[in-house]
Amino acid sequence: MSFEPKIVGFLCNWCSYAGADLAGISRLKCAPNVHIIRMMCSGGISPFFILKALEAGADGVLICGCNLGDCHYREGNYKTIRRMTLLKKVLGQLGIEQERVQLHWVCASCGDEFVDVVNRMTADIKELGPSRLGVKSRDLTR
Amino acid sequence: MEDIRTGVYICHCGLNIAGTVDVEEVANYAGTLPAVVVARHYHYMCSDPGQALIKDDIKNLGVNRVVVASCSPRMHEPTFRRACQDAGLNPYLFEHANIREHCSWVHDDKRLATEKAKDLVRAAVRRVSFHEPLEIKERPLNPNVLVVGGGIAGIQAALDIANGEHRVYLVEKEPAIGGHMAQLDRTFPTLDCSECILTPKMTEVGQHPFITLLAYSEVEEVVGSVGNFKVRVKKKARYVDEEKCTGCGVCEEKCPWKVDSEFEMGLGKRGVVYVPFAQAIPHVATIDKEHCVYFLKGKCRACQKFCDAKAIDFEQKDEIVELEVGSIILTTGYDIFDTRRIQQYGYGKYDNILTGLEFERMTCAAGPTEGKVLLKNGQQPGSVAIIHCVGSRDENYHEYCSRVCCMYALKYAHLIKELTKAEVYQMYIDMRCFGEGFEEFYRRVCDEGVNFIRGKVAKVTDVALTEDEQGRLIVAAEDTLLGRMIRVPVDMVILCPALEPRSDADGIAKLFTINRRADGFFMERHVKLDPVATATEGVFIAGCCEGPKDIPDTVAQASAAAAKALSVISRGRVVIEPTTAQVNEVLCQACGRCEEICDFHAPKIISKDGLRVSSVDAALCKGCGACAVVCPTGAMSVRHSTREQIKGMVEALLEV
Repeated sequence: MSFEPKIVGFLCNWCSYAGADLAGISRLKCAPNVHIIRMMCSGGISPFFILKALEAGADGVLICGCNLGDCHYREGNYKTIRRMTLLKKVLGQLGIEQERVQLHWVCASCGDEFVDVVNRMTADIKELGPSRLGVKSRDLTR
Repeated sequence: MEDIRTGVYICHCGLNIAGTVDVEEVANYAGTLPAVVVARHYHYMCSDPGQALIKDDIKNLGVNRVVVASCSPRMHEPTFRRACQDAGLNPYLFEHANIREHCSWVHDDKRLATEKAKDLVRAAVRRVSFHEPLEIKERPLNPNVLVVGGGIAGIQAALDIANGEHRVYLVEKEPAIGGHMAQLDRTFPTLDCSECILTPKMTEVGQHPFITLLAYSEVEEVVGSVGNFKVRVKKKARYVDEEKCTGCGVCEEKCPWKVDSEFEMGLGKRGVVYVPFAQAIPHVATIDKEHCVYFLKGKCRACQKFCDAKAIDFEQKDEIVELEVGSIILTTGYDIFDTRRIQQYGYGKYDNILTGLEFERMTCAAGPTEGKVLLKNGQQPGSVAIIHCVGSRDENYHEYCSRVCCMYALKYAHLIKELTKAEVYQMYIDMRCFGEGFEEFYRRVCDEGVNFIRGKVAKVTDVALTEDEQGRLIVAAEDTLLGRMIRVPVDMVILCPALEPRSDADGIAKLFTINRRADGFFMERHVKLDPVATATEGVFIAGCCEGPKDIPDTVAQASAAAAKALSVISRGRVVIEPTTAQVNEVLCQACGRCEEICDFHAPKIISKDGLRVSSVDAALCKGCGACAVVCPTGAMSVRHSTREQIKGMVEALLEV
């Protein structure tokens, strides 16, 4: 059976979640691998949640927020960008491929861009293969 | 601890969900999840019988957590929260799983979609087990309203609210209100004079006891939320005392310097000290500092010498006005597409090529040509071409239709026929005459002998190929009805440029934290069902800042926005969302990182019983969660987005 990655998506309520809704409303089609969790702001996504997802077996974590300058909370997404830059460095040091955690800006009118992000990220992770962390934790639970 | 008894309800949404997701299988699966006491599926959960299922289970089965898997929570979360509340359950003990927009509508494969729906339901069931009842509080609100932009939309909205005897602050960045409508000559399709219908409303604004007009002013900062906004407005220095100025116009007469008049679209001149137009409200003069010789070289003061009212004040400074309002209506209007960007149309290169608004000024009796349609040489044109869709319906510029051009182009054709008897050519892509009386007006203009040529214009040139073309403007186009290229020699060309978002729309959107659509106009909360609200509670939009539209639509939308603001006011109080940050004082070490990261100054380190702890001001907190992320001890959390809730979802999603 082909590898179907499990990706957890953290989307901000105001832009990205609305953008993902728009993709649905417009009946655009995308890969079924991203499971979305609604957050109020990308600036409220703790690295803890991302690490938790990877530890729990996610093959990828997608973070989406408003375009820079469009944040509903003024500068939440600037906080996100700084945090993610740092987190990616740490992931590298832990031996986790940086592509597994991706940050994209998706606006409320960007349904087609959201679909594109989901499809590209799914393809990226398929190419990387299952996360080693995931395989390990899955084995342990068995 | 109480027993958690979860009810799960899977919606078919007709075939919207059930067509792609096996709803019965999802419901059966949900029934096997921990703490789930009942799992049902139903055609339309949002219907009354659908909601009754939830209410009955709360009452009869003791359900104390509810999960509905249906459309987006942005759609029906309030509906189901209300259903819970009606049945006596705290509305925050509800969780919504989005299996329509994020599942059935974006996937084709029934098997994969069903599996994904199960995952999403499992995550929601886990999350809701960590939900806590939250108390909704209310606080008083300020009934004042801020209207930004004094065009016809802002005028209408301000009057509607002020007539209800509520205070309105109308802020306009130009020296006078009126906007684009004040520049128009006649309005389609009835051909009634724009000024005649607008100026009574402008005067009413100027004299209304409940309207405070802040012209020549700009909003600089907005803080707070619905019911309690604090707004800082910069009242720019006019260098004229508004109280003293009588608007007599002597200063403008005596001003030795003349510059192009913005109001006359550069077809006429105005003094450097000026009243923008005859019916301007407020009817006071303004000194254009950029061009004033006194400010540039330090001498002149001619205006001051001749002003009997002693109103000229070169020492005047910008003034900051602080306002407190409960709701805000944005009516900031539109810009006109710069026709120079389409070089092949020759605007700015050849004489006798006008934009629509320039032609409006030309046909206006009070305009620079006193209502005569004239060429640069003072003659009347023998033929005029009107080019539609300049920058609209063009993927190189704006993909959208500007909605007003077809109709004003017909109006121009009619006026040209009336004023000059010239031959008129309409170069159009499609005629879009959709409003009340529009089609009838189109028929009327057709019968007046106007030529309609269907096709996109390739270029306007003065390079003549035949004797007839000598010394004239040649419009080269494809006639798509004849299926061949044509060249039409004319004396005058009128371009119908696109209506586009204001050049400062981005800044305005950020100032009021609202979104913009891909086309750059302000985004409504729901394109069909909430067209004047925005993502920010208490901020409404109306008129062309929301997208191109004609005057009747603008006025209707402005009244709609006013009604929305009035409904906020008449409620008399605002609900404080309980989803704000909270501090666990036992864990808090008063490090102050929360205070540092918050853009809204909600958390503050205070001294409580001799101990330093963080304390959150719920009125300021927006619930974004930035503070919870930086808190090193986990003392800070946001109600309804707690660590346990999100962690629970993540773990549940990845379990299988």
